[in-house]
Amino acid sequence: MIDKIIPSVASAVQDIGDGSTILVSGFGGAGLPIYLLDALAEQGAKNLTIISNNAGNSGIGIAKLIGNGQVKKVVCSFPRQPESGAFDDLYRAGKIELELVPQGTLAERIRAGGAGIGGFYTPTGYGTELAIGKDTRVIDGVNHIFETAIKTDYALIKADKGDRWGNLTYHRTGRNFGPIMATAARCTIAQVNQVVELGALDPETIVTPGIFVKRVVLVGGKS
Amino acid sequence: MIDHSKVQKRTTADIAKRIVQDIPDGAHVNLGIGQPMTICNYLPADKEILMHSENGLLGMGPLAKEHEIDEELVNAGKQPVTMLPGASLCHHADSFVMIRGGHIDICVLGAFQVSVKGDIANWRTGDPKAIPAVGGAMDLALGAKKLFVMMEHLTKSGESKLVMECTYPLTALAAVDCIYTDLATIAVMPEGLVAIDWVDGLSFEELQELSGVPMRKLGK
Repeated sequence: MIDKIIPSVASAVQDIGDGSTILVSGFGGAGLPIYLLDALAEQGAKNLTIISNNAGNSGIGIAKLIGNGQVKKVVCSFPRQPESGAFDDLYRAGKIELELVPQGTLAERIRAGGAGIGGFYTPTGYGTELAIGKDTRVIDGVNHIFETAIKTDYALIKADKGDRWGNLTYHRTGRNFGPIMATAARCTIAQVNQVVELGALDPETIVTPGIFVKRVVLVGGKS
Repeated sequence: MIDHSKVQKRTTADIAKRIVQDIPDGAHVNLGIGQPMTICNYLPADKEILMHSENGLLGMGPLAKEHEIDEELVNAGKQPVTMLPGASLCHHADSFVMIRGGHIDICVLGAFQVSVKGDIANWRTGDPKAIPAVGGAMDLALGAKKLFVMMEHLTKSGESKLVMECTYPLTALAAVDCIYTDLATIAVMPEGLVAIDWVDGLSFEELQELSGVPMRKLGK
């Protein structure tokens, strides 16, 4: 019997240790697993590396972890947001590390990590500051740079519906990084708005097959 | 001396409408955050133009009205939007497959500087206090089949944003195809910049003087 349903967000994140690398889904607030991040803030793990599109804002989600001093490094494409103060202050003070990654390269590095690919060549970023120190190669007459795959200890993602095998569907553009992040972590934890019976999800419309998901936790309503 | 009072500068809306003239029926278009996002307000009814949002939405509709808001349905600027009939959703890697794989016909980005070779700088000014943020710009600049830039012609202090070499950190090399400003429309050709049109009250010679870089007139 496979049952990945976890009774609470607290128990879903309890084993995340100091120094963990964690993928966090979301594009701004859309698809952000806010309940799991709150539970992680409560749990208190430190020296975390957070890989996400943004670096949090308004003191919630990733910004709460950063404000608590739990994050040593952020890997993201766009840290600058309205009220991204928690990150901004620590960054200017040199107290948090930033690895800035073009958004498509970020997505592809995660996809590669999940697909067992070590890295890839891309034209994106060639000749810019973000290519400094990276291996280059001309392919079909176009300059490329080498980017490595991202694999992590955990992925915290937000989905819409989930079943006990870990099959997931998403809601609108809340899908964003969730499906690829689910593939690239040793342990993927999904917060869902609804837990459904096995077989209730149409196999044609399941976006994340359960093989990629270790834990599913029901959270209260949409957030 | 240029009589600036006579120069009939384009408003942001005018620039958006000018860009729309160059977007063909059936095009798949991505609009960068900032000024370019306003272009979706001027899409003509007689063309079917499919808008792509980097966060996994193809077939994006107008901004959502109060009763339509779904916080999980947003554009690249995180504003609530709508979907048109026929819209599709995908995850981020697939969305950037559309961009990086050359499937997007046109991308419109804002810029700090564009060089005569079509290099674009649009993600950081080098100000040490500013928080650098690149988003999808580097992917879009190279991945879209055509890159349009929508920007003011001059900086607030009156310097040309058209330059021989970008002094701000680059977003991409030799990527820009056409530049739409409040003063002119300028194509980036292999041999250099070509002015397509410019506003009333400004002569070509004055446009050249303000721009500070070599350019020629279309057809000359």
